[in-house]
Amino acid sequence: MRIELERRARASTAFAAISPLLALVLTLFFGGLMFWLMGKDPVATLHTFFIEPLFDVWSLHELVIKAAPLILIAVGLAICFRSNNWNIGAEGQFTMGAITGSILPVLMPEWHSPLLLPAMLIMGILGGALYAGVPALLKTRFNTNEILTSLMLVYIAQLFLDWLVRGPWRDPQGYNFPKTISFAPEAILPELLDSGRAHWAAVFAIVAAVALWFMMRFMLKGFEVSVLGQAERAGRFAGFSSKKMVWFALMLSGGLAGLAGISEVSGSIGHLQPSISPGYGFTAIIVAFLGRLNPIGIIASGLVLALTYLGGEAAQLSIGISDKVSRVFQGLLLFFVLSCDTLILYRIRLVFSGNKTEAGA
Amino acid sequence: MVSSQDQGEPSLLSVRGLTKLFGTFAACDGIDLDIAPGEIHALLGENGAGKSTLVKMLFGVLQPTAGQILWQGQPVSIASPGQARSLGIGMVFQHFSLFEALTVGENIALSLDPKISLSRISDEAASLSKTYGLPLDPKMHVADLSVGERQRIEIVRALLQNPKLIILDEPTSVLTPQEADRLFETLFKLKAEGRSVLYISHRLDEVQRICDRATVLRHGKVTGVCDPRQETPASLARMMVGSDVAAVHREDLGTPGEVLLDVRSISFAPRTPFAVSLKNVSLNVRAGEVLAIAGVAGNGQGELFDVLSGEYPVADHDAIKIRGTSVGHTRINGRRLLGAGFVPEERHGHAAVAQMPLSDNLLLARAHSDRKAFLSGGFAKVIRHGAVRNAAARICQAMDVRKSGDDPAAGSLSGGNLQKFIVGRELDRQPAVLIVNQPTWGVDAGAASRIRQALIDLAKSGSAVVVISQDLDEIFEVATSIAVISEGKLSDAYPAGTLSLERIGLLMGGIHDSTQNTSHEASKAGEAAHAH
Repeated sequence: MRIELERRARASTAFAAISPLLALVLTLFFGGLMFWLMGKDPVATLHTFFIEPLFDVWSLHELVIKAAPLILIAVGLAICFRSNNWNIGAEGQFTMGAITGSILPVLMPEWHSPLLLPAMLIMGILGGALYAGVPALLKTRFNTNEILTSLMLVYIAQLFLDWLVRGPWRDPQGYNFPKTISFAPEAILPELLDSGRAHWAAVFAIVAAVALWFMMRFMLKGFEVSVLGQAERAGRFAGFSSKKMVWFALMLSGGLAGLAGISEVSGSIGHLQPSISPGYGFTAIIVAFLGRLNPIGIIASGLVLALTYLGGEAAQLSIGISDKVSRVFQGLLLFFVLSCDTLILYRIRLVFSGNKTEAGA
Repeated sequence: MVSSQDQGEPSLLSVRGLTKLFGTFAACDGIDLDIAPGEIHALLGENGAGKSTLVKMLFGVLQPTAGQILWQGQPVSIASPGQARSLGIGMVFQHFSLFEALTVGENIALSLDPKISLSRISDEAASLSKTYGLPLDPKMHVADLSVGERQRIEIVRALLQNPKLIILDEPTSVLTPQEADRLFETLFKLKAEGRSVLYISHRLDEVQRICDRATVLRHGKVTGVCDPRQETPASLARMMVGSDVAAVHREDLGTPGEVLLDVRSISFAPRTPFAVSLKNVSLNVRAGEVLAIAGVAGNGQGELFDVLSGEYPVADHDAIKIRGTSVGHTRINGRRLLGAGFVPEERHGHAAVAQMPLSDNLLLARAHSDRKAFLSGGFAKVIRHGAVRNAAARICQAMDVRKSGDDPAAGSLSGGNLQKFIVGRELDRQPAVLIVNQPTWGVDAGAASRIRQALIDLAKSGSAVVVISQDLDEIFEVATSIAVISEGKLSDAYPAGTLSLERIGLLMGGIHDSTQNTSHEASKAGEAAHAH
């Protein structure tokens, strides 16, 4: 007996809808299996991991704090992926946005003005966008593969940040800790509610998601993204330029990643330090795919992935397993999302070997 | 209908009640077919009639939903092309699967047992090609070969397996008349050896000329089995189409008006290693004229279209003029605003995006030229989906596009219906200049005659039309003047009445005898080709 994938006559709408849910169920099942093999009670552990954080005001705030950068980056990536440009370096653009956005509060700590925060955010967006412009330039000029160049630029950005906070930008009164001075109050992104830490990045994320959803659904620019992503030649026939699209897609996703970076530093951390992200830029790739590259779907999937971060922390505290488990869950999820998506275009067929011998006669 | 062979000698291949369902749609519905040893059997039918599906089941690419295949009287189920080959069935597909960067011998070796040495394959291929009159050099690179030569590779590849039945899918659609004649000789040789040929075509004259029997399909069912020589083209077409095919009406188009499209000595270097360069191409088309550009595929037609459409602008701004305005640097949307319309050859992925609905595909070509109607919101360019959908529905009605549902994905339409939509999309705005590449390639007879009529009507209403086509019947139907493209060079244009089929065939082969320097250049090119 062998298993074959048979192409469907048309894409299955049923599987397009249930594929992310199916992936979620499979992830939970195999995650539970992993806990069981580790000698833990799978049900209780999954409960700690995914349910408990939802019944606590503090952890709901944390959930929003972690979901905001994921959504912000993922909606940009979704547009980028839809246009058939593969920006894998959002983590680097996030880092670069955090650095450029921090120039004012770090180098001009005496400047107190209501304009400070908007200026920081704009500089963060520009930093991320320009950094994403590097792979765009390399792709349009030298036909390099943006997957490789954008990924490699991640490490450059991280090492650059590391050098800054250990070197020229180190806080002189910081007891030699690798960090910058703490931002002035005017440079801190305000909290949304009195009940907890969740800040304005969540609003940026929702606004970006809705705006990009509107663009993809109703605007000619969204149509251009889809056409060039699906058939570049047809895009040329429509008078769209695929080179300009490379720039647009990469700089849009880079800009949003940069905004997420400066928002995270300004809203959650309050200074620059060597590590400012638990891998948001990479996890956002999973968020984008789990949300079917649809900005509204990404709001939901961003919350789901944020939960894996929280659950990892919770599991580390109460059960004593490594928080690397959250990475395992993210990996499982991406794997199952991509494999379940196969079922949209293909059906699984079991071919029994008996059939074959008869045919050979 | 029962064929005479059933009583006498057994059939080589029989098919009984063969059915293939895609969902609930029956692509083939209870098909019976008998092929006797040593006959050339035609499979006739419009596009979407089920010919390809049937053949794919015979060659093991698709599995039948129901029904039986009998090979030399024994029931078989053919699970894969490999199994079909081992039974003795060979196939030459319409679209070749050859690696352009490899040599002829290497391409042939790829489809055979990897243990056989390349030199042995080359020797066998060379001797086979000599026996069957299919001259081929195993050491040549495929990229350097003409379409006809590439087809020979496929045929030789099939013959190396010593098949009893060879299936040919639309083999002459890419050949010059002379190349087709040579192919027919090969087929007669195969027949004389007792091999059978299943010949798929919608060219009635060829079928009448070479086939012993014909099975006609329509909507997945057999509508007739006949001896094509006893039939008239009209009676065969009736079986294929169901009703009489409307003859294209071409009254005198009147005297041509002003020059609407003027192209002066364009040269264009190839963009890819396998593209053709355009050499000093000039043409002009007046209002009311249909200029047909004949030529065998791969002689620069696609490149000429790219340059005329502005998808790839040319260096000299004054080299192309639309309605008197220089447009050499202008891109496709700028040319559309001047009143030009374009229909590329490739439907999927160039003229249309298969996954997108028809309304989006309308927007594809007209978002810029019709932005007042289709876009609102100023800078934001919000699409007025309602207006676009209405316009798409209007076009579908005007061109009789048959579709399922209101606004289906372009890819779900049959080739003919999608092509009617793509042509209708341009006609809907009454373009002053229309440039069409292979308007009826792979399109059924009904849709083809409708499209040709629409092109003639457009010219009659005062537009200039350029039709790039490989189909000589089509060219004689629509053209007021004819030019021939060969190796990126365009011949002078001749009034349609003054060119014979033979003369066009010679021009297609690259012999420009026209005037002065062209003949000189052609002979030089000929020498170069020989030296190669």
